[in-house]
Amino acid sequence: MNFDLNKTQQLLQESAQTFFTRECPITKVREIMESENGHDSALWNGIAEQGWTGLTLPEEFDGLGLSYVDLAAVSEEMGRACAPSAFLATSWASALIAASGNADLKSKLLPDLALGESIATVALQEDGSNWDSFSIQMKAESADSGVTLTGTKRLVMDAAVANAILVVARKGDDLIVAVVDPSAEGLEITPTEGMDLTRRFYQLVFSNVAGEILASGEAAENALKQSIQTGIIIACADLLGGMDWVLKTTVEYAQSRQQFGKPIGSYQAVQHQCADMLLLSESSRSAAYYAAWALNEGDDEANQAINIAKAYCSEAARVIGNCGIQIHGGIGFTWEHDLHIYYKRAKSNELIFGDPTHHREKLAQLMVAE
Amino acid sequence: MDLNLTESELQFRGELRAWLKESLPKEPIVSMGRSDADYWNKLRDWQNSLYEGGWAGITWPKEFGGRGTTPIEAAIFIEEMAAFDAPERVGVIGEGLVGPTIMAEGNDEQKEYFLPKILDGSHIWCQGFSEPNSGSDVASLATKAVREGDDFVVNGQKIWTSFAAVSDWCLLLVRTDKDAPKHKGISALLVDMKSEGVSVRPLKQMSGDSAFNEMFFTNVKVPAKNLIGALNDGWRITITMLMNERTNLGPATYIQFKKALAELIETMKHKSSGGKRLIDDPINRQKIAQIQMELEIFKLTSNRALSKITNNAVPGPEGSILKIFWSELNQRLVQAAMEILGDEAQLQEFENGAWAYRYLRSRGNTVEAGTSEIQRNIVAMRVLGLPRSY
Ligand SMILES: Cc1cc2nc3c(=O)[nH]c(=O)nc-3n(C[C@H](O)[C@H](O)[C@H](O)COP(=O)(O)OP(=O)(O)OC[C@H]3O[C@@H](n4cnc5c(N)ncnc54)[C@H](O)[C@@H]3O)c2cc1C
Repeated sequence: MNFDLNKTQQLLQESAQTFFTRECPITKVREIMESENGHDSALWNGIAEQGWTGLTLPEEFDGLGLSYVDLAAVSEEMGRACAPSAFLATSWASALIAASGNADLKSKLLPDLALGESIATVALQEDGSNWDSFSIQMKAESADSGVTLTGTKRLVMDAAVANAILVVARKGDDLIVAVVDPSAEGLEITPTEGMDLTRRFYQLVFSNVAGEILASGEAAENALKQSIQTGIIIACADLLGGMDWVLKTTVEYAQSRQQFGKPIGSYQAVQHQCADMLLLSESSRSAAYYAAWALNEGDDEANQAINIAKAYCSEAARVIGNCGIQIHGGIGFTWEHDLHIYYKRAKSNELIFGDPTHHREKLAQLMVAE
Repeated sequence: MDLNLTESELQFRGELRAWLKESLPKEPIVSMGRSDADYWNKLRDWQNSLYEGGWAGITWPKEFGGRGTTPIEAAIFIEEMAAFDAPERVGVIGEGLVGPTIMAEGNDEQKEYFLPKILDGSHIWCQGFSEPNSGSDVASLATKAVREGDDFVVNGQKIWTSFAAVSDWCLLLVRTDKDAPKHKGISALLVDMKSEGVSVRPLKQMSGDSAFNEMFFTNVKVPAKNLIGALNDGWRITITMLMNERTNLGPATYIQFKKALAELIETMKHKSSGGKRLIDDPINRQKIAQIQMELEIFKLTSNRALSKITNNAVPGPEGSILKIFWSELNQRLVQAAMEILGDEAQLQEFENGAWAYRYLRSRGNTVEAGTSEIQRNIVAMRVLGLPRSY
């Protein structure tokens, strides 16, 4: 057994760290946060040139065919940099297409996505839905060459810069996934503002919008589930990078900030919080990388590992963020300090693909079924 | 022990209710982190109508324009104001902290000039304690004041000063003897924010609003008559103010949290997730019940403290327990709310951004008015008598 990244994985992670340090310093992050769509083409193109948009996609579709562990290694660096990009949205969408079993659409859409020449997103969440496919109610009706869609989707990432939107809907009793052109007639895309300005969310209102079916029935259910698992690997690894940054920054501050004539890090109330932060981030690392590995192996325990990782990393990152702000005192509560950027990104990572309550319930279901 | 309101407390509440029914502004005045000049003007007007109605500075003795109410009546006042959705009061720092300090330590001239202006809303006050290098260790402050003729000349920087950008006056802690031990060389000055050499830079908070500020003092002349209390006796005054601050905040926070909880429950009744109303989910019910328990217990402990102050006149270091309780309770409350409401609650578009704002703002609660760590140190060392560790 070897729990470390292998040589090539280490090199991949190092190159990702170098890339984001150079291309996406926090000044750049803030610039993109202030921009209209939260998107920077130069940064996106850079990510694409590295091949990361096609990291886990099969080579036959111009992907690199690498593992989820490699995906986690790169995503961790995006989280450390808080890099704002359509990477999460596009990776989720690509995974959904790749798992759909629809050969035509795979060869039509995947190569552009793998090369980063196209951006895509998934429109899943609706009013009252909860990341379980049964809660998806949006209506799809049969039409000449596919379906027409009517209803409202919310919290759709990066819709304003997407070239394709994958809409999850219900046709009769069947779940379906349909590909929609963002400029299609009857589709209204409105920005909504979350806490995390490194990720943009939109509300999408569909009135009889034409879509092409990517998958339906069980195939759609399975593809959706698999793609969400890919998304969870990215979100958890992103959280790891953020946790690391917060811990490192906080420990440095505790060493240099003096009150009562001593570094605040010499007070046990501060030391114990730092020690807990390390405990949480190390445990998160175990959970996240194990989930990535198990998913790759098609391991029986993959489902459980994913639930555990998402529930644990989400909470750990929040607690670490709370401690980080607390130990920084007043400066930690400002916009000027970078802590809040990480804090808010952790929040969006916590909520996307199901929050800890959701994943604890899923885990309980698995435990009871055994 | 008798927890019923007394005859006179009931009468007080009756009068207040009658007045509020008549005098409340027709339109609510709310900011949720987005305050502007208009907001502050409306709040000054509101303060003025409280004053006209005899409801400003109610805990102050009658001779200073107050009503001489007991702490319990003051708590009733805060509860009723909240129950009627009355606007926030601009006077809180002036009424709760600066006014009482001037009454206790000020000379007649200071009392005559400042006290009425706090009550009628013409002076908004801020509290200039913290500095970049002196937060928890506020006694190490470096802003200095040197006596020159009839003035003190002030140089230095303050930070995290709430309301400084809209304040007329500041209660400023300065070092007047740099050779004395750190607690013995501090004085308190009353500084006109319009004085030459004062500049204020708003600081944006992680919650997106700019409620606190940096203040820079460059050769600011403060008339020597604006020294409050004796020279180099500022630390004693500061301790009293800090203890007042901790105890004062209790009843007000209870009501605020109670309202947030009520709003949450309302939303839970009409919002569903996965086909189930949020209010029907047993996990959610556990969470709101837990918050309710803690809120009610907080209120009881807070009332016990008030009754103790009524009997003993001064708040003690036990105020630190209340400060820890309310600040961390608020964080638990908003955390529970975020968990219950689901991923929409992160949006500005959800209930006007109220939950996102409350969630982020709550992080400041365990830092402002003395951090949780410092409060626990105070409880351990000053209440429980454990050995000092620093
Ligand atoms: C929203 C907000 C409003 C504020 N309004 C005002 C205002 O109006 N006027 C004003 O003067 N100030 C104000 N403050 C400042 C506030 O009082 C200080 O931020 C606070 O006292 C902490 O000081 P600091 O920020 O310098 O942190 P530091 O004192 O540097 O503390 C950093 C960390 O070290 C810990 N620490 C420090 N010493 C010890 C110790 N001995 N043992 C254990 N842990 C320790 C702290 O608990 C904290 O976690 C405000 C702050 C906030 C967040």
